[in-house]
Amino acid sequence: MAEPFLTEPDDETAVFLRDISVEYRIPTERIGTIKEYIIKRVTGKIHHQSFYALKEVNLSVQRGEIFGVIGRNGAGKSTLLKVISRVLYPTTGRVWIKGIVSPLLELGAGFHPELTGMENIFLNGTLLGHSRADIKSKIPEILDFSEIGDFINAPIRTYSSGMVARLGFSVATAWQPDILILDEVLSVGDTGFQKKCSIRMQQLIKGDATVLLVTHSPTLIAELCTKAVLMDHGRIVSSGTGAEISASYLKLLEG
Amino acid sequence: MAAEPALIYDSAKTRGVAVEEIRSIIRYKDLLMQLIRRDIVARYKRSTLGVLWTMLNPLGTMIILSIVFSRLFNMRGVYPAYIITGLVAWNFFAQTTQFSLNTTLWGSGLYHKIYMPRTAFILSVTGGGLVNVGFALVPLVLIFLFTGVPLRVSALLLPFAVLLLAMFALGFSLLLSTATVFFPDVAEFFPVLISAWMYLTPIIYPEELLMDVLNGWILKINPLYHLIKIFRMVLFDGVVPSGMEWLVAFLIAAITMVIGWLVFTNKSKSFGYYG
Repeated sequence: MAEPFLTEPDDETAVFLRDISVEYRIPTERIGTIKEYIIKRVTGKIHHQSFYALKEVNLSVQRGEIFGVIGRNGAGKSTLLKVISRVLYPTTGRVWIKGIVSPLLELGAGFHPELTGMENIFLNGTLLGHSRADIKSKIPEILDFSEIGDFINAPIRTYSSGMVARLGFSVATAWQPDILILDEVLSVGDTGFQKKCSIRMQQLIKGDATVLLVTHSPTLIAELCTKAVLMDHGRIVSSGTGAEISASYLKLLEG
Repeated sequence: MAAEPALIYDSAKTRGVAVEEIRSIIRYKDLLMQLIRRDIVARYKRSTLGVLWTMLNPLGTMIILSIVFSRLFNMRGVYPAYIITGLVAWNFFAQTTQFSLNTTLWGSGLYHKIYMPRTAFILSVTGGGLVNVGFALVPLVLIFLFTGVPLRVSALLLPFAVLLLAMFALGFSLLLSTATVFFPDVAEFFPVLISAWMYLTPIIYPEELLMDVLNGWILKINPLYHLIKIFRMVLFDGVVPSGMEWLVAFLIAAITMVIGWLVFTNKSKSFGYYG
């Protein structure tokens, strides 16, 4: 289906993807050693099966939009997010992104168990691309929000899983990102903390961020999203308003 | 933060991944420092002696080797000083490459989650190795004093010898890590390679021992021989290497580093498709 997109990103564009394909080549038999590889390479015996996780995807998201991506399992939603957060380099196509992308999907990735909470704040903050000075200025806010208390100077291995998640969320959301990626609904900690989380999320959304919401839920898309796309088999099959896409998703499910 | 101009990433306008990676590393320089810190702090966190182990380790190996080999090689008096000089240089290379390998295996989990310059982990391991060389120089100087081997002015050239070694270690680590992503067997094979390499490099025995083997070519084709030789000349022999010796060492180090950087950055695009 034809999808309206710009030929070049303009001033109001946040994300612009052009002809993006992600092709996985799966060798039909596993090659584990260099020797095997060289022998098979020379004798021309490497056979691949092609699998497209994304196929010729075009997408443009304008600044400040709450943009929904919906589709069944394996439709390519997560791959699309990986391309946008620059974790996966597409096989072909052009990726254009303006601003800092905050991948909220990976809370606390990179925490080291032997380091203290405080040391991990710096480690995690720099992993997200912030400078040391920048992190320092956010420390009071992170401490306040995460409710870790005196444990902040204890190694992370002594934390409960809830505490780790709280600290991860607090670090990841301490900065106002330009592009916020939300994969499904975040549930962190107990109900009290969940409420705080959703308030924080709403603040971030209101604060000029472009939001990419990836979900299975047609209700969420219809309620929250100004624009949305429906994905299936690695392609964008339709795009429109949240309500329209929600309807086409339901239609797709009914077959 | 708000004053910062919005960063635009455009895959159509990047000037080659190798250059792009350098720009990215500059932006993430604080991450490098944090990773170096993490490696040093976390490694010794649970041990009582902590960072002291960086100094005790070469000392222990040196003592054992001295007891075992000093008669064999007929270098009784100066043998401890000779051996610890070689060991400090060798350990730096062996540990940097082995840790780079481990960090690629460990870090590849993060590669799939968030974007960061992919060379950051390996650069930080090399940086951490340099810090460890600093620590290891303490027992080295003690052994020199203790055994009466003089430290001469040429020792002031040590930073250059270390720098060349670091460039080589970085380049080699980048190549090794790239290979590991595509061929996991490399990780299993490497410890064997590194111990064979150590025995083929004059670390615990004098280089004269290999001078006759293949007309000395067994030494000449070994890049580490040239790099460690410089290291040992300025420290142990107390002489300034000749211009030719510097040039050979520099070419080995620089070429390995550049090739490693080019291969790693070009291949790292497809890291996401493996593992």
